[in-house]
Amino acid sequence: MTLFLEQLLNGMQLGVTLFLLAAGLTLIFGIMGVINLAHGSIYMIGAYAGTYVAATTGSFLLGIPAGLAAAALTGIAVEFLVVRQLYDRDHLDQVLATFGLILIFNQAITMIFGRQPLFVGLPEALSGSVELLPGLFYPLYRLAIIAVGLLVAVGLYLLINRTRVGMLVRAGSTNREMVRALGVDIRLLYTAVFALGALLAGLAGYMAGPILAVQVGMGEQILITTFVVVVIGGVGSVKGAFYASLLLGVTDTALRAYLPGLLRQVMVGPEADALGAGISSMGIYLLMAIVLLIRPKGLFAGST
Amino acid sequence: MSFKGSLLALAATALVALPASAEPVKIGMITTLSGPAGYLGQDIRDGFKLAMEMEGGTLGGVPAELIVEDDGLKPGNGRQIAERLITNEGVKLFTGIVFSNVAGATVPDIVDSGAFYLSPNAGPSNLAGKGCHENYFVVSWQNDSLHESAGQNATNLGYKSAFVLAPNYQAGKDAIAGFKRYFKGDIVGEIYTSLDQTDFAAEMAQIRAAKPEAVFQFHPGGLGIAFLRQYQQAGLAETVPMVVAAPSMDGVTLAAVGDAALGLNVSSHWNSDFDNPANAAFMKAWTAAYDRPATYYASQGYDTALAMASALKATGGSLDDPAAFREALRKADFASVRGKFAFGPNQHPVQNWYALKVEKGADGKPVLKTVGQVFEDRGDTYAAECKM
Repeated sequence: MTLFLEQLLNGMQLGVTLFLLAAGLTLIFGIMGVINLAHGSIYMIGAYAGTYVAATTGSFLLGIPAGLAAAALTGIAVEFLVVRQLYDRDHLDQVLATFGLILIFNQAITMIFGRQPLFVGLPEALSGSVELLPGLFYPLYRLAIIAVGLLVAVGLYLLINRTRVGMLVRAGSTNREMVRALGVDIRLLYTAVFALGALLAGLAGYMAGPILAVQVGMGEQILITTFVVVVIGGVGSVKGAFYASLLLGVTDTALRAYLPGLLRQVMVGPEADALGAGISSMGIYLLMAIVLLIRPKGLFAGST
Repeated sequence: MSFKGSLLALAATALVALPASAEPVKIGMITTLSGPAGYLGQDIRDGFKLAMEMEGGTLGGVPAELIVEDDGLKPGNGRQIAERLITNEGVKLFTGIVFSNVAGATVPDIVDSGAFYLSPNAGPSNLAGKGCHENYFVVSWQNDSLHESAGQNATNLGYKSAFVLAPNYQAGKDAIAGFKRYFKGDIVGEIYTSLDQTDFAAEMAQIRAAKPEAVFQFHPGGLGIAFLRQYQQAGLAETVPMVVAAPSMDGVTLAAVGDAALGLNVSSHWNSDFDNPANAAFMKAWTAAYDRPATYYASQGYDTALAMASALKATGGSLDDPAAFREALRKADFASVRGKFAFGPNQHPVQNWYALKVEKGADGKPVLKTVGQVFEDRGDTYAAECKM
């Protein structure tokens, strides 16, 4: 039972990390109609900038503004210099251009930091684990990630549903032309949304740093999963992205944890392990296929 | 012989001799330079280059040109690069591949074309036994041997049960098979992770629930850094000791993981503290040339260059007589940084394996220390199956 709860927490932690990335991606996709493959690179830049500052100053807290600022500024620069030229082009051009950005960013990071992964330790206050229930130890840092992720989700909810900017964002994702026709400076809105998305990606990257290895190409590893989240949740829907992230995080973790064990009941050990590993790495894509079969536009399409 | 005749003869010899001196031997290095595992290929390349630079840009006195290409850890890329280098550049001597899946797709094409391949790293099982080839040499190790030494090390350390984890690809399967072959205790859990996985929280929970006496894991490069760090964060580092083979704990991983690695048991064929003249020269040159720790990948790149140099020297830089080149290579007439080194019947190494432990060094930073020997003059499990 404690093992199950621990795996559930693991699933949630993966889920909120995915959410931080997917929220920005889905907004950019939904409102501007741009497929931004470089979103993963911004995640990487946030991780590198934050980790570098944290490692040089020795303060984990100082890394946070550094990572966020670097990611947001990169986001603004990318929107201003590249993506802005692409709003009227078709998706293939956007994919090509943003894919080019991935290569440029990866090479730039390699030139600045080298190919060897960066290292940052856990902040002193968050290292170690806590006993949540008798026998259930859980790393404090991962709990902190879950808390931050949920806070951001609440914040985004309030921003989008309770503020004027949020109203414009919602309007933009349902009917872009109408918002423009009403005289709203859509360009500024686009840049703001892009910067917000980049900021969240940078936050996710910096928080992932102490757990994963901060290395070139870390963004591409998670980008595909993020796109799966966006598709399952429904393009443009932050609410959808939230539920889809958690669903996907928990599904992925549960499959990895329990499928080989279940298969071992009916098969020989090594084959069950190999098949289990194979199916669980396909799991999220199967989930996406099933969702698309039932709800071709995603779970929460059209609503934010 | 008339004056004219001797002049002609002179011209003819000059023509024959010219290509050897003017045109350097081309060496195709297909390796992984991009992505998270990029530093592995970088170290192999730099180790190889170091050996060339120490001989003034030659290999065994023969001018050599190194053509480096990045396979991006994609088997298809490796294969295409090899094809291009063989047909367009006329390369007859290859090395460099880091990963077994790339090697599996690329090496057969290279050796079938009549070219030579010397592996500085990957030594997959399917190319060591029935699939062995007379133009295929492995300077590093056969994949299983790495992990067999870890299994023997775990047995020597007296562990009764172990939990094993490796990525779900050829080298991962070889790793677990190799470990089990020499580990005398029980396997209480076996997990195949995915090769692009970076979060191991689910696996950590399962390890804790299984309560093994030791954990064996194989996660090369950045994967290993993430794994070890999460192992410590999950509080497992203090309770369950870990036994690994060299790929899961190299110099770079150690620098990145820091104190989380203290107490780790590693088995390896090389370590930076080996006390032999060849290694002393290598370490001195490496430290002078690069400001990063020397990994065993670098040592293997260096040894591969030395092996090539020994054969090129024997044939005077000519690859026109493959049999002569092969014979010269088989002698392994070079001073390996590992100390004793020979090629077995399947042209894979016969070498010693050592037990290392991560301890606090003089400057307080963790270092790998050689503490004992695991195997002596050990070949590999597949050598007997190889009919050449």
